[in-house]
Amino acid sequence: MNFTTPLKSKPAGKRGALKSTLLSATIAGMALIAGPGFAQTVTSVMHSSLRVLDPIMTTAYMSRNHGYMIFDTLFALDADLKPQPQMVDTWTVSEDKLTYKFTLRDGLKFHDGAAVTGEDVAASIARWGERDAMGQVLMTFVESLSAEGDNVFVMTLKEPYGLVIDSLAKPSSNVAFIMPKRLAETPSTDPIPEQIGSGPFTWVADEFQPGVKAVYAKNEDYVPRDEPPSSASGGKVVNVDRVEWVVMPDALTTMNAMQSGEIDYWESPPSDLLPILQANPDLVVKNLNAMGMQTILRPNALVPPMDDPRIRRAAIAAVNQQNVLDALVGNPEYYALCGAMFVCGTPLATDVGSETLIKGNGMEQAKALLAEAGYDGTPIVIMQPTDVSILAPQPIVVAQAMRDAGFVVDLQAMDWQTLVGRRANQGAIADGGWHLFVTNWVGADVFNPLVNNMVNGKGANGGWFGWPDVPKLEELRMSYATAQSLEEQQGLAAEIQKVAYEEGVYAPIGQYFVPTAWASNLDGVLEGPVPFFWNITKN
Amino acid sequence: MLGYILQRILSAIPVMLFVALFVFLLLRLTPGDPAAIIAGDSATPEQLEAIRTSLGLNDPLLTQFFSWIGNMFQGDFGTSILSGKPVIELIAARMEPTISLALTTITLSVVIAVPLGVIAAWKHDTLIDRIVMLISVLGFSVPVFVIGYMMISLFSMKLGWFPVQGFKPIGDGIGPFLHRIALPTFTLTLLYIALIARITRTSMLEILGDDYVRTARAKGLPERYVLMRHALRNCSVPIITVIGIGLALIISGVVVTESVFNLPGLGRLTVDAVLARDYPVIQAVILLASLVYVVINLLIDIAYVLLDPRIRLS
Repeated sequence: MNFTTPLKSKPAGKRGALKSTLLSATIAGMALIAGPGFAQTVTSVMHSSLRVLDPIMTTAYMSRNHGYMIFDTLFALDADLKPQPQMVDTWTVSEDKLTYKFTLRDGLKFHDGAAVTGEDVAASIARWGERDAMGQVLMTFVESLSAEGDNVFVMTLKEPYGLVIDSLAKPSSNVAFIMPKRLAETPSTDPIPEQIGSGPFTWVADEFQPGVKAVYAKNEDYVPRDEPPSSASGGKVVNVDRVEWVVMPDALTTMNAMQSGEIDYWESPPSDLLPILQANPDLVVKNLNAMGMQTILRPNALVPPMDDPRIRRAAIAAVNQQNVLDALVGNPEYYALCGAMFVCGTPLATDVGSETLIKGNGMEQAKALLAEAGYDGTPIVIMQPTDVSILAPQPIVVAQAMRDAGFVVDLQAMDWQTLVGRRANQGAIADGGWHLFVTNWVGADVFNPLVNNMVNGKGANGGWFGWPDVPKLEELRMSYATAQSLEEQQGLAAEIQKVAYEEGVYAPIGQYFVPTAWASNLDGVLEGPVPFFWNITKN
Repeated sequence: MLGYILQRILSAIPVMLFVALFVFLLLRLTPGDPAAIIAGDSATPEQLEAIRTSLGLNDPLLTQFFSWIGNMFQGDFGTSILSGKPVIELIAARMEPTISLALTTITLSVVIAVPLGVIAAWKHDTLIDRIVMLISVLGFSVPVFVIGYMMISLFSMKLGWFPVQGFKPIGDGIGPFLHRIALPTFTLTLLYIALIARITRTSMLEILGDDYVRTARAKGLPERYVLMRHALRNCSVPIITVIGIGLALIISGVVVTESVFNLPGLGRLTVDAVLARDYPVIQAVILLASLVYVVINLLIDIAYVLLDPRIRLS
């Protein structure tokens, strides 16, 4: 591009001076866009703003994504959902299946230069085990966590547990990130004070502005694995100097910035803008997360009349996934009818108990269940978060379906944070309680009975919001935890799903996919349940 | 004058205290729990309680209020519940884009709108007057975000003259700074031109009918002297008032413009904090906005005296 000709050919004058100023400003602007010293920077707009920097303290997906940049994991899932060693070089399991010894790879160093030791790993796993649902289950089997020498981590169990490696390789919130012992000793209810990990990127603390920008620099000391990258596993080779996550609150502005080349990567463009992005030859639009998202309906099992499983089942039977997904997504290319609680396309997927959701033929069943349960017309309070576009349409569709079945519905509009606060209320409706809400989960957060919070049957003490008290579910989940083969796990998962539908603990009301858009001069963008920034090259 | 200024500053203290108390109580009565936001979906009730305790949210309201006020008097505005960053640091980082936008917008608006208003009044009921009024009506009627998108579509996407979004501090050079701030400034300026030009025109029309203006003209003074020295100066009070309030409005945050052009200003900080129930940030930003209004009102009052000696401060 030649910017000099107009400057030379135009005579000096007010208009010429104005044009010169504009062009100079343009040149300066472009140089600044290229970054300091023309360092290769991938500028990305993520789905939300990064606020909490501790990926163990919170389950926020942005904090998880941040964790993958800064920290590393012992194991990680590959694209086939199989755990692969990541920081671990070799590991052994004793014959009685009670002692796991993990030897770390050579050359692993934290960003402050200290070597990663078995003690760091033990402290990190202990902290993660306090917070994460799957980690908490693992910890009930753990006798001790210890270090042996500098680079060996030993986990001793009280009894054999089949999901040790799967737990350590868990891909989504909370991920078992490894941090220095001094940070891992922070109480899990307090944020860690520093961002020192051993991951492929380092944290540029000076440039962090919550709500504006988060900046990562290539970790020059990172030693990637030799294997090719596959989802969260394999060699994490960083090919750019910096990654900047910028926050853009307006989707149209983001789209314009994407089209004008000001940003390189947009994690989750809204579905209504996809056709414009797809029509641009300079952009690539692709779904990177095969598991997608699961949108769910959750009844409150504590508050009448939803304390009656028949009423809960009636609400679920009334819903037709097709209607929900048409309202939420619209384009069938980006959604799938799926009644599998553990996500379609995974080893545990089954359609047991989900016929009415998929076929949309449950209205008569819903009416019959209401009549059988003697529903007295008590208004059902559905909470609708109107400020989150991917959560606002579902409650409206669900409410109408329930009205059609004979429910009296009180659809209450509120913002998401009000809903988050109110859903923790176990009280009656008069005391601020609720009957139903809808939320979305990343597939990787619900893809087995231990990570899927909704099939927790612990009730008011220890259960997830909605609190169904179903001891059978807990019994089955514990059996799943100790299952020794995939076939056994699949059988138990199907049984859990069957019981969960019978009890009306929750319903997946659709699976949908959020494609990512990036500039075509980026290569090596990896598929996975999380946006990964290693392996990307910028041409 | 100095006594008056001191008196006004002192009278602002109870106003600020009332605002502080009101904002504090309003936020605590608003549904939503920052601890739940931090903890995420999988947190147990015990973990939630531990986070609440750690954040001091379980302390009695009065304790929380007096602790906050006490810390503020020592210059500590607290830390963001979510990011853990000092609130003062967060606000300071957002001040430059907001103040830059306010100053560029008000300067450009005044430079364009005051002459337009004067000309419209001078050429009352002519085509020029009607054009100025049409611009004014359009400026008022078309939503700022529509103007913003049209600006982006034309100047960024079609002509490629300006970037779509973002902000560069003036420290990075005046060129990059102006390059980024230009479109949001033009967008907001349309609104403020409409406002200031209309007020200027109306005030001028009143003044131009006064006897002393007729006398000035009868004396044979050139028309520009009549307009600028006699008429405009005498109608400067309402114009200054509008400019001052406009300035305060922009400094308090123009969320839509900041969002459309991705300017990291105070408006976005406020909205983000409200949505996340980040109490210390919301409280500090609202107090700051109140302070801005108090100070600007004081400056307007002082300007009245300087511009119109008939007005005496008391």
